[in-house]
Amino acid sequence: MPDAPAVAVDGLVMRYGDKVAVDDLSLTVERHTITAVLGPNGAGKTTTLETCEGYRKPQAGTVRVLGLDPVRQRRELLPRIGVMLQSGGAWSGVRASEMLRHVARLHAHPLDLDLLSERLGLEECGRTPYRRLSGGQQQRLGLAMALVGRPEVVFVDEPTAGVDPQMRRTIWELLAELRRDGVTVVLTTHYMEEAERLADHVHIVDHGRLVASGTPLELTRGGSVATIRLVVTRPFPPGAPDSLRRVLGDGTSVSQVDDLSMLVSGPADGTTLAKISAWCAEHDVLPESLNLGARNLEDVFLQLTGRELAP
Amino acid sequence: MTSSQTRPAGTFSPRPGAAPFGRMVLAQAGMEARLMLRNGEQLLLAVVVPVVVLVAAVTGSDRVDLDLDHPAVDVFTPGVLALAVMSTSFTALAIATGFERRYGVIKRLGTSPLPRSGLLAGKVLALLLVQLLQLVVISAVALGLGWSPEPGVAGVVGVLLIIAAGTAAFASLGLLVAGALRAEATLAAANLIYLLLMACGAVVLPATAYGGFEGLVQWLPSGALGEGMRDALIDGTIAWPAIAVLLIWTVLGAALSARTFKWE
Repeated sequence: MPDAPAVAVDGLVMRYGDKVAVDDLSLTVERHTITAVLGPNGAGKTTTLETCEGYRKPQAGTVRVLGLDPVRQRRELLPRIGVMLQSGGAWSGVRASEMLRHVARLHAHPLDLDLLSERLGLEECGRTPYRRLSGGQQQRLGLAMALVGRPEVVFVDEPTAGVDPQMRRTIWELLAELRRDGVTVVLTTHYMEEAERLADHVHIVDHGRLVASGTPLELTRGGSVATIRLVVTRPFPPGAPDSLRRVLGDGTSVSQVDDLSMLVSGPADGTTLAKISAWCAEHDVLPESLNLGARNLEDVFLQLTGRELAP
Repeated sequence: MTSSQTRPAGTFSPRPGAAPFGRMVLAQAGMEARLMLRNGEQLLLAVVVPVVVLVAAVTGSDRVDLDLDHPAVDVFTPGVLALAVMSTSFTALAIATGFERRYGVIKRLGTSPLPRSGLLAGKVLALLLVQLLQLVVISAVALGLGWSPEPGVAGVVGVLLIIAAGTAAFASLGLLVAGALRAEATLAAANLIYLLLMACGAVVLPATAYGGFEGLVQWLPSGALGEGMRDALIDGTIAWPAIAVLLIWTVLGAALSARTFKWE
């Protein structure tokens, strides 16, 4: 099926005992894109990915990767996908370069190992046993192992967790280059910035359900209802969101981001802004900034799920 | 190749494909054998312990009245070779596989092009490679102690068959332990069972030395392996009953571990 999407999940349900990890989830990943599955820990991201990778059999619904059933057509599919696990995946005594060479030997046309090691900064630790690699080095080796077989689709689970900021940018550049060279990248993350900067398409998942889907721009654009971000100099008094909502009246919603900021969605007019200013004066808080329509993915997530994404 | 011509080829342009099955198995076997030989504790178990047992048994038997029909070194060498097979196929394999599960190696390889049959074949090939090395070292020490085997053609065939059957039996039992228990528990259980079988399982000491238990110990995989090795190297015969016993253990171990083995 040359035209099948890279990933097609339809009505997926996965339970562990009584706990529902994935609850009737449907999503599509188009080829040659970077698609982010975004959600807090425990949202069902890893379970969904592991079902795409053939580790788990869907309890209900269907999963297709490159048009193939990851469980029943496993042998056909596996050479065509690359998988980066969230952690582990190597013998404790194996040297980094030795492990990468081993995975390369299982493929017919592996990437040039020197080049790949150089791109991921792995030359410096090539002779180091896996157990003595830093978390970031293990992470990069994991990514190298996912890429070395020249797959059509790579699944990367939290690719920059525990990686320093400079290496994070390097990994972002690499993932962008993969897309340019025709590889489809499916990544899970709980870093908003990662999804916003990198992804062509974002699926936001919470409690095993798809809560929103679109390009980062589509998701952050407010539509007819504007978003106002209020930042103050001193922490809000207790019960602030409810009291502000009462002042603003119907058609608005208020959610607190942290001690010093709140998001208000409602009609973006002078009346709303005046009411917010008056409320601040009444409660003895000084607005530091009052931004209109400046919503990022973090805000979108907060408004959709009522909680913050950060772990 | 048409697709790579229409699209400008970049560094990461997809070109997926599994290596040929034989090459994957060889790569896996080479890797596992290297890791096994690099691990100090495993090397101790694989070579040092059997050599020490051999030297101690041969020199010690002069002082203890064991009533052997043959020179001590001719009786003990086959037993120590059997012990070496057991240490690698059972203990070393179980411990290595237990930690592979723990560290996610088996999970990682599960999404590589290497199928499970290839993983298993690689493991067995690695065991045979390590055992060949053990055989060479132990035989060299034994020859130095005056070992003079005359197995003949039947004996050589008998040794190869009993090693194959012993490897199959102990490997399936090793995987049973590794697939069901946690890594630490596997480490403890695999060593404990090895020590028990070494002491009471008719590996090094002939079954006749166990008095009333002679019949019973020959049904143990360790006893069958030891007796089979002695039949081949002392009497130059193929020990079909011992091979049959080992095959029964293989079927038992394989059937049970197929049901209980957890890959993660």
